[in-house]
Amino acid sequence: MRGATHAKWAACAAAVALAATACGGGDSDSGGSGSGDGGATLSASWGDPQNPLEPANTNEVQGGKVLDMIFRSLKRYNPETGKAEDMLAEKIETSDSQNFTVTVKDGWTFSNGEKVTAKSFVDAWNYGASLKNNQKNAYFFGYIDGYDKVHPEDGSKQTAQTLSGLKVTGDLTFTVKLNQKFSTFPDTLGYPAYAPLPQAFFTDHDAWLKKPVGNGPYTIESYTKGSQMSLKKWDGYKGDDKAQNGGVTLKVYTDNNTAYTDLMAGNLDLVDDVPAAQLKNVKADLGDRYLNTPAGIIQTLAFPFYDKNWNKPGMEKVRTGLSRAIDRDQITKTIFNDTRTPASDWTSPVLGEAGGFKEGLCGDACEYDPKAAKKLIEEGGGLPGGQVKITYNADTGSHKQWVDAVCNSINNALDNDKACVGNPVGTFADFRNQIGEQKMSGPFRAGWQMDYPLIQNFLQPLYYTNASSNDGKWSNKDFDKLVDEANAETDTAKAVSTFQDAEKVLRDNMGAIPLWYQNGSAGYSERLSNVKLNPFSVPVYNEIKVS
Amino acid sequence: MGRYVVRRLLQMIPVFIGATLLIFLMVNVMGDPIAGLCGDRQCDPATAAQLEKEFGLDKPVWQQYLTYMGNVFTGDFGTAFNGQKVTELMSTAFPVTIRLTIVAILFEIVIGITLGVVTGLRRGKPVDTSVLMLTLVVISIPTFVTGLLLQLLLGVEWGWIKPSVSTDATFSELIVPGLVLASVSLAYVTRLTRTSIAENRRSDYVRTAVAKGLPRRRVITRHLLRNSLIPVVTFIGTDIGALMGGAIVTERIFNIHGVGYQLYQGILRQNTQTVVGFVTVLVLVFLVANLLVDLLYAVLDPRIRYA
Repeated sequence: MRGATHAKWAACAAAVALAATACGGGDSDSGGSGSGDGGATLSASWGDPQNPLEPANTNEVQGGKVLDMIFRSLKRYNPETGKAEDMLAEKIETSDSQNFTVTVKDGWTFSNGEKVTAKSFVDAWNYGASLKNNQKNAYFFGYIDGYDKVHPEDGSKQTAQTLSGLKVTGDLTFTVKLNQKFSTFPDTLGYPAYAPLPQAFFTDHDAWLKKPVGNGPYTIESYTKGSQMSLKKWDGYKGDDKAQNGGVTLKVYTDNNTAYTDLMAGNLDLVDDVPAAQLKNVKADLGDRYLNTPAGIIQTLAFPFYDKNWNKPGMEKVRTGLSRAIDRDQITKTIFNDTRTPASDWTSPVLGEAGGFKEGLCGDACEYDPKAAKKLIEEGGGLPGGQVKITYNADTGSHKQWVDAVCNSINNALDNDKACVGNPVGTFADFRNQIGEQKMSGPFRAGWQMDYPLIQNFLQPLYYTNASSNDGKWSNKDFDKLVDEANAETDTAKAVSTFQDAEKVLRDNMGAIPLWYQNGSAGYSERLSNVKLNPFSVPVYNEIKVS
Repeated sequence: MGRYVVRRLLQMIPVFIGATLLIFLMVNVMGDPIAGLCGDRQCDPATAAQLEKEFGLDKPVWQQYLTYMGNVFTGDFGTAFNGQKVTELMSTAFPVTIRLTIVAILFEIVIGITLGVVTGLRRGKPVDTSVLMLTLVVISIPTFVTGLLLQLLLGVEWGWIKPSVSTDATFSELIVPGLVLASVSLAYVTRLTRTSIAENRRSDYVRTAVAKGLPRRRVITRHLLRNSLIPVVTFIGTDIGALMGGAIVTERIFNIHGVGYQLYQGILRQNTQTVVGFVTVLVLVFLVANLLVDLLYAVLDPRIRYA
């Protein structure tokens, strides 16, 4: 009797749910019938952006996804090759790698009808650089002259409101003066922080944040913070990368496992982060609707060079020895199901040969050889304190698994159960906190997701003396000198090879152990076709076709 | 009765202050919340300092606590790191979780108490044994297993429900998550009711009622059930708070954007304002639920009223 009541309820729930599905389906069908395939919308998994959605304030993938859909900058990175190509830039000229003249293409508008002019860029960049606006990507404007005035490093009062290196010289032209030579500067301009902003951003900031307005192929139709954003194709879009679908609904998921389940149940079209637990079944579940392509992400182990023990002469042998004690092939295969590729340099395959990726640059130092590893570590004076502790944050990703595996590999090579142990830290914030306070006593996890596909971005921010992300405080005069030279070089090919020379200095000192390159993964429903991931491991939404 | 209520209300004050102070200290000793804000890199020191000032994190903790509590009494719970007001987060999260809790509590009351009464009256019979076995199974399986299993079977294999709950989180969508959330408590309610009924069945007042020749229905509902429900009401009352705060697992599985999800995000991002704000409200819910339970006692058993 009770059971019967129960069953009736379940059936009732099912009926309601089914009815709801049917309704949803009907809506999108009727919406799409007018314009055929091009009008149909798709749904995709999303995570809640950590910061308010402003171009210069977004430094994580989830917010970046949206910016990539609603903004176009001077340059755009080709979704396939990663090369920086002119988008809104008519031309960017320089004769000395330090002073640039930018001409903006005519006829572009924001989706609210405002024209995109030189001022749209200069205002946006000034806003991004100004200390009082708390923009987390402000350091991107650090190369521009006058940055130290609008963003004093010590946090004292800013003495200027605008960057002296930026000047509007015409409706569609402006000049940029850098504080140092930087030949590849134009190629960095595809990064979302450099996007233009409409006047509406400055006049009614709160309203803009509720519903951002840009100049990209999509416009935001509605945005419920923390749960859903629906984007619609913008018919007035000028570029040649128009949206091939009617729109995208981004749904926030509490857990990527749930998103994957929804995809399996036909409730979601696109998942751009296949959960680690599902990697074993994903090929059986999705077949060729599973994507696993290289992304501009490399995982390394950094060292605390502020610790005397890790910085004394001979330690480079110990560091190299540790590197040789790690069986990268086996770990990427068994733990990551081939969603990582063993690293043999400090960049990423997405750069391509011409861009500076060089397979095997690390040479022997990254090849697994337990005997050589043991010998090197002994020659270098042994492990400081007889043991290494690898610190990592345990809250996200599968860091625990791979750190344990790396330690296992090191322990086996050294025939010592206690040579290496993992040292988990509860939250990412605390992990960052400890790194910031220079509390690391041994190697620690260091991941790097590129900002723009340039070899410079894989080396300078991470290993240049006192650079923004040089968490281990590695410092080497030769390395710094080569990076400076490379930046001043106007010939791209030569600049790249000089950067690679710098990378060799990094290798010979083993400033950080490269572990593996990370892939982006995605799965999609049968309704979609032409799904790709760009070098930032973000789906190229505007090219997706919906049937 | 009036004095009783006043005394209970006064007792709530130190509990409230103590609980919020504790959670405030706990979140703050975890480290610098700004550190994790800039992704895999260090925030530049100037911006970090500026942000700390904006969120009031540059002051000593006791001062932060005082300012915070001062603001709370004017209804200002501060701003989350993503620029949203915490009150705004609450206004979206709490209705969802309250709906989920209502569904769960209804399951507990309707199914739990009915099963409890049925088995309590038929102690030792096959119905009793099978329900006991069933509750034992439910209690021993963790919620996330039940949740994932139901999601897989009903959502993916049979397609009866959607595996995830939409933004609206309507009552009908919350039936399965609510059942999952309620499952363990439901089993306890069944067992509590059963024991209580079985015990009171042999008590003097029930025998008297039967001897007076009252109809069976009236004996059970007016005499037996009313007295047997006291421990059950206590349990369900305290469970309201536990369900609201403990829904993290269920909310994650079914993609429900409620209190559990916001708390989880807040802890992960070490967002003091969000965590403390939500916990403050949860503490209030606990206190009010307990107060209601105590008042209900007085209704169920007049002897308590005069104590």
